[in-house]
Amino acid sequence: MIEFRGVTKRFPDGTVAVDGLDLTVDAGKVTVFVGPSGCGKTTSLRMINRMIAPTEGTVTVDGRDVMSGDAAELRRGIGYVIQQAGLFPHKTIRDNIATVPLLLGWSRRKARARADELMEVVGLAPEMASRYPAQLSGGQQQRVGVARALAADPPVLLMDEPFSAVDPVVRESLQEELLRLQGELGKTIVFVTHDIDEAVKLGDKVAVFRTGGVLAQYDEPGVLLDRPADGFVDGFVGRDRGYRKLGFLSDELPLVELPTVGVGDPAPEGWSLVVDPDGRPLGWVQGGGSVEEAAVVPGGSLYEVGSGSLRSALDAALSSPSGRGVAVDGDGRVAGALSADDVLRALAASRADEAA
Amino acid sequence: MNALFSWLADPAHWSGSAGIPARLVEHLWYSVLALALGAVVALPIGALVGHGRRGGFLIVGSANGMRALPELGLLTLLVLLMGIGLLPVTLALAVLAIPPLLAGTYSGVRNVDPGAVDAARGMGMREWQVLFKVELPNALPLILGGLRGAALQVIATAAVAAYVSFGGLGRFLIDGLRTRDYPQMAAGAVLVAVLALVVEGLLALLQRAIVSPGLRGGGRRSPTVTVGRPAPAPANPEPVPVREPAGAEP
Amino acid sequence: MVWDWIPRNLGMIGGLLGEHVVLALLPVLIGLVLAVPIGWAAAGNRALRGVLVPAASVLYTIPSLALFIVLPAIIGTRILDPLNVVVALTIYTVALLVRSVADALGAVPSMVVAAATAMGYRPGRRFVSVELPLAVPVLVAGLRVAAVSNISLVSVGALIGVGGLGQLFTDGYQRNFPLEILTGIVMVLLLALVVDGLLVLIGRVSTPWTRVGANA
Repeated sequence: MIEFRGVTKRFPDGTVAVDGLDLTVDAGKVTVFVGPSGCGKTTSLRMINRMIAPTEGTVTVDGRDVMSGDAAELRRGIGYVIQQAGLFPHKTIRDNIATVPLLLGWSRRKARARADELMEVVGLAPEMASRYPAQLSGGQQQRVGVARALAADPPVLLMDEPFSAVDPVVRESLQEELLRLQGELGKTIVFVTHDIDEAVKLGDKVAVFRTGGVLAQYDEPGVLLDRPADGFVDGFVGRDRGYRKLGFLSDELPLVELPTVGVGDPAPEGWSLVVDPDGRPLGWVQGGGSVEEAAVVPGGSLYEVGSGSLRSALDAALSSPSGRGVAVDGDGRVAGALSADDVLRALAASRADEAA
Repeated sequence: MNALFSWLADPAHWSGSAGIPARLVEHLWYSVLALALGAVVALPIGALVGHGRRGGFLIVGSANGMRALPELGLLTLLVLLMGIGLLPVTLALAVLAIPPLLAGTYSGVRNVDPGAVDAARGMGMREWQVLFKVELPNALPLILGGLRGAALQVIATAAVAAYVSFGGLGRFLIDGLRTRDYPQMAAGAVLVAVLALVVEGLLALLQRAIVSPGLRGGGRRSPTVTVGRPAPAPANPEPVPVREPAGAEP
Repeated sequence: MVWDWIPRNLGMIGGLLGEHVVLALLPVLIGLVLAVPIGWAAAGNRALRGVLVPAASVLYTIPSLALFIVLPAIIGTRILDPLNVVVALTIYTVALLVRSVADALGAVPSMVVAAATAMGYRPGRRFVSVELPLAVPVLVAGLRVAAVSNISLVSVGALIGVGGLGQLFTDGYQRNFPLEILTGIVMVLLLALVVDGLLVLIGRVSTPWTRVGANA
């Protein structure tokens, strides 16, 4: 558990980066600091591993004031991932990852074995171990950055805009990867970003900072989207927040049966869903006659029963050419269909529950 | 030209304490001493100022000032004041070695990716570890560039030492000049030039051998790294604005 | 009183200073004129650059005293001719500036060049009115190094009898008179300082755009 108590940071030039921050970061959860530039989110993060010393107040990690004791010792026990990764250009990937274990006095053999293990954990091919950072793509470098931070198995991980310098597609996969890792490792993660979408996607709780270093709201992402504390937060979480909020609601949606056809089968009039022999969706065809592979129109997104949120259900319905969203089971087989109206009805029901 | 070759081919010029091998060894000996002395002064100062990332203008200013010092004046003055000997010659040459070494070390350390330095500190390296494990290895190409520049300067200028009745390859130049022995002068000039080129080549090979392969490849990270030129270090080793760690806040 | 030596010899010192300025700066001017087209060619052609830049570096490795002495045999001058020093220092200046010019032109943003071309500049005009001005800061940095090192190198010429202020060193040494040498050193340093300052000033005045937005 990390606690900020009355923490203020004033820089020598007089700027106040963080102003009277009180905040508790839950152990084993992902806490995201989000806000516009100059809001003190990075400064707050850097006070946790004492890269910046608070002017007033205390920051404690597991009850210990970070300012007591030795800064280097403290930092070796806290994973640290930054934008652009900050890898050491003169060291191989393996040696980059082994940095903290070696600082802690592990034997070279053990540190390298640990590095190889972590490369697998973060999804890097083993042959990259002996390459140098300049030979890797931005996304791969960032994976190395995460592996390096995890090397000594620290309970706390600080991540300062780690994915903001990579392209959106890679960012998305890195985010998924982080959620998967967190599911296995259960670290206490503090994550800084300026991207509200990234914040609500990754955070168990989200702290919104406003310019001048004041905490504007600290809540679970669903609550943040539902009930912004004030106009600033409302403006910051943005216009699509109603739609985004659907991502935090999941409900058992009633599915209707969806007749399917295979390639070469005769199709009825109107839209029909084409599936492969295993029952996985291939796309849609319109009109009667025999189904030809070339006539198949790609389908929309898929809604996975059980794990999907209302957002993905609605998107499945809206993106389907036939207007019927395709629901699939865990194996990717067609489980049924749903419509946008079904989703909206479920939404209304959940509102009623909340009000009750 | 023929006179030059026959002078060089004469076995008499290749033996004894005034022969080419002996003069060559003398020349190298002064040069190495001067480089070592220059490095002892320049490396720590350049590294510490670069590490602190402050006070760079002092380095730039003093390096440029020292570059302007006329070697012949310094040498004659020191010899008059201290008497003829190895010490004044070494001191005078060391002054020449300092500016390129200082500029190379400072800008090398100063130019290391600030993200890597921040990460090093954030992972729990102590200041000396940040300097020795991250900054200096990454600065190596520029430090060695400075060393190459310094070696070149010192070897070229060590020839001047002969003017104050000292040894080295410069003897052939000065003695030849005095006696109007043109082949001897030309031979001395060629020998000094060849020595400079050979040392330059050897240092280039050394650089290839000890710089991490991760730092080669066109200098994507350190745009100031130049491979292949010993060159006059830049007049202004202050780097092109190095980007601050992104996401840093006031 | 030894200090008397300075006022008694002001005329001689002034004369040597004038000679020194000419010997050091004439090569800078000639070198600049030669280096711009060579550097331009090197910047535009990768293969040419691969030859020219290393060749310039090799020229730079030739020791000055050696060059002063060997040049007469190559260009047919007499051994005590001041031309030897001028030619030798011009060679160094060109060697240094070719690299500067090539680097400076290479650093002009390609978008700027593309925009100028799109607006209808022909290559020659574009070079003079777009690329060259943008290359000025790097060029000035190169000129500063060339000028300062030339000012220091001229004095080596005293060993072959043509060295401007350097003659104070040989003369002072032969007469065992440290003050004369010290005077020479101080004069050379002052000259370097003044010339360097002037070049910085010229660079500033000719690139007003580099000073705006510097606090961003």
